[in-house]
Amino acid sequence: MTTEAILTRNFGRADAHTLAAYLETGGYTAWPKAQAMEPAAITDEVKRSNLRGLGGAGFPTGTKWGFIPKTHTGPVYLVINADEGEPGTFKDRYLLERDPHALIEGMLIAARAIRSATAFVYIRGEYVEPWRRFVGAVREAYDAGYLGRGFDIVVHRGAGAYICGEETGLISSLEGKKGWPKVKPPFPAIKGAFGMPTIVNNVETICHVPHILNRGAAWFASLGTKTQGGTRIYSVSGRVKRPGIYEASVAITLRQLVYDLAGGVTGNGRLKAVVPGGSSAPILRADEIDVTLDVDGLRNAGTMAGSAGVIVMDETVSIPEALMVVARFYAHESCGQCTPCRESTGWIYKMSHRIVDGHGTKDDLDKILDVARRGAGTTICAFYDGAVGPYISYIEKFRAEFEALIPT
Amino acid sequence: MPKLTINGTEIEVPAGTNLIEAARTVGVEVPHYCYHPGLSIAGQCRLCMVDIEKTPRPTIACNTQAADGMAVWTETDRIKETRRSIMEFHLINHPLDCPVCDQAGECWLQIYYMKHGLYDPRMTDEKVHKPKAVPLGPHVMLDAERCILCSRCVRFCDEITGTGELGIFHRGDESEIGLFPGTELANPYSANVVDICPVGALTDRDFRFAVRVWYLDTAKSVCPGCARGCNIEVHVNRRRPHHNDGRRVARLKPRFNADVNRWWICDAGRYGFGSVDDTTRLVQPVRRDAGAVADASWDEAVAAVAAALGRHAPDAIGVLASPAMANEDLFALRRVLELQGVRRVAFRVPPATPGDQDDFLIRADKHPNARGAELLGLGGDAGAILAAARARQVTCLWIFGHDLFASGLPGADVRAALAAVETVIWVGPNGNATSERAHWVLPAAAWVEREGTYTNFEGRVQRFRQAVEPLGQALPEWEILGRVLEALGGGPRPPRAERWFRELAAAVPAFAGLSYQSVGDAGQMVAR
Repeated sequence: MTTEAILTRNFGRADAHTLAAYLETGGYTAWPKAQAMEPAAITDEVKRSNLRGLGGAGFPTGTKWGFIPKTHTGPVYLVINADEGEPGTFKDRYLLERDPHALIEGMLIAARAIRSATAFVYIRGEYVEPWRRFVGAVREAYDAGYLGRGFDIVVHRGAGAYICGEETGLISSLEGKKGWPKVKPPFPAIKGAFGMPTIVNNVETICHVPHILNRGAAWFASLGTKTQGGTRIYSVSGRVKRPGIYEASVAITLRQLVYDLAGGVTGNGRLKAVVPGGSSAPILRADEIDVTLDVDGLRNAGTMAGSAGVIVMDETVSIPEALMVVARFYAHESCGQCTPCRESTGWIYKMSHRIVDGHGTKDDLDKILDVARRGAGTTICAFYDGAVGPYISYIEKFRAEFEALIPT
Repeated sequence: MPKLTINGTEIEVPAGTNLIEAARTVGVEVPHYCYHPGLSIAGQCRLCMVDIEKTPRPTIACNTQAADGMAVWTETDRIKETRRSIMEFHLINHPLDCPVCDQAGECWLQIYYMKHGLYDPRMTDEKVHKPKAVPLGPHVMLDAERCILCSRCVRFCDEITGTGELGIFHRGDESEIGLFPGTELANPYSANVVDICPVGALTDRDFRFAVRVWYLDTAKSVCPGCARGCNIEVHVNRRRPHHNDGRRVARLKPRFNADVNRWWICDAGRYGFGSVDDTTRLVQPVRRDAGAVADASWDEAVAAVAAALGRHAPDAIGVLASPAMANEDLFALRRVLELQGVRRVAFRVPPATPGDQDDFLIRADKHPNARGAELLGLGGDAGAILAAARARQVTCLWIFGHDLFASGLPGADVRAALAAVETVIWVGPNGNATSERAHWVLPAAAWVEREGTYTNFEGRVQRFRQAVEPLGQALPEWEILGRVLEALGGGPRPPRAERWFRELAAAVPAFAGLSYQSVGDAGQMVAR
């Protein structure tokens, strides 16, 4: 179960973010290899590695790169999504702070694969220290000649909206517009940032790329499951003895993560529920945690791997209160562009708040479920479907707890 | 051209046609709010969902292009249920204040709720409150609570006028339409946002609370405000005369014409109807003799005009026709002038200040029919006619509509000319400083009170219809001129505007082959 640290191998060094430390530990050795490869060969290697996007959607990375139209002649953009905002997720900030050169090297390789000369790194506005560290690393990379020779990186800071982590919302924001997701089609790979084909990848995803080139797709694939290779960084929070980040294979189980790596449950010591992939992932009961944490394993369990933000709740946690908090988050962060999400996130928050306040009615639970189901799948982006995950699963799995709050 | 089926009916549509437009061609209406054919696709309202075979989820029709072999279903149970859900989402925070809302009766929330909603309301929580009765500019009032955030108005200001005054501010259910700081919605086309607003969020400050829309009657018309000739609808209040301060014309609305104005009109044209119901309207023929003013009958007036035209030598008669007159009027005038052999005629009087013009709709020439007057051969030099009057070569001036004192002609010259001539005959709908110096003033019907055609600057002949009865004894110019023609022995006068147009089409080559029927609602170009 214990896996070799790959992404986090240097996190113990105080100077891990410097170019010197990165070079000392084998940094910038994958990039010359990539330079000797045809772009299509790089994409093929990443496809064979079974690397899947680690920002939330879990889409196969190499396949995504292959969507750039072959006939396109203008600019192509690589955009790094560093707008880490999924509640319960805090892995990318560590990568930006402690291994920024891995991201830069991964970007060099990815950019070659998709023939991009310019990349944007969209960093969550609240991430001041990660931004400072990353900008420092970019400066070092320019000075050392890794950047500026046919490939440039533009660092852009967000202004604090969750929706700008949605890839087309991010692109709108990057373009200087309100961070509203775009209507698809066209998809970003066809018409993305500034109207050009664009690939949006998560920080962690790209940080894997140098290792894949250095050690081979087969090695990377062997670390995970049949359909997803490698390790990933789990952000573990809530009622555990050792909250924090843990790098491990995507094939470990949720039980292993909670009990073996994070040291088990605090509070009253009895596990009630776990949210396995950030707040948008449907909740799992204590008896449902013997599932592997890869994309398909969690999908088969009726939830999702998402951003691997694992939120642990012991028996003292009130699920209705947890739902109210989550519902407040989605009501606050809904961008307001399309009607079902704009209107029902606020409505569901009001209903959940009312239930917690002791003013719920017996119809409210079914009303929330019905409203959630009616809106699901009707919106421009995945935000509302993400909100529906907790709305439905919290009530379905812990209905008695809600009913106990409703006056008879 | 892709071939597809809509509810089982096979159609072929041009490539790039979206499913809302494709469905329209077979008479299927896909309900929608944010989609507007003149604006970019927003995909926000989520109402236009349809089922497409082999597609797992309902799809928005506005952002889906028709493709070969596509099978589209718009009335499946799943789609009906989806529409009901979307309608509920649109309405949970809506104030439901229809009884006091100006949009009631032409509101797409009302229409679609009745057609596609009809669910039992179950929103019992406090609604979101937002600003109400916020003036956005001189013409537009915002009620943010009624707004469904379809963004049509925002896109209009971004894409059509390029002025970008409006944005959507805040997030989630607190989102609201608003002005960017330091701006005001005062672009020359601002009130179009009222037309495209599907609900009562943006209302017309001029029309607000004037009259309920279900009391309005409409007539297809053409804006007389400039040489573009934008197609409009005239909305008149005949059934509740005690409303709207007795003004009969309640508002003008743009009418789609792909070749002229598409869906839009300018604010100047939209609010340019005030003269129709104002106090300057002339309602009775009047004679003025040595300062004494007396009402006259039409028979007396027509006889007097005919007598004047007979008494003065043809070369001593100067006629200032107007580019505001319809083709029918101008042709009737031409018949009279031909009969009498009068040659001193002009229609252009220089404006006091040059008209504004842009690269969209607004034309510098603020008259609807200069091109028609030109094609009828009535062009001449107004200044020369007035000079001839001052030199007493012209002793009778016949003026249509113009206020020469408000023109670019020197006031002293105008005053001298009017003082020098023996007879001034003035015809028009609204009195002015010039008509007050005329010996005979004949009241003409305003453009909404009669039928006719204008020829726009591009040469498009367009019909305007009668919306209300003429005020008082006012008559269309073609009728006044027809009576003069008869009095002069020029034969029986055509009894209707359409008959005048028929004669015009037979006599003037540019109009050959045109008829009211062929001109239709969309207009027809004159021969080149």
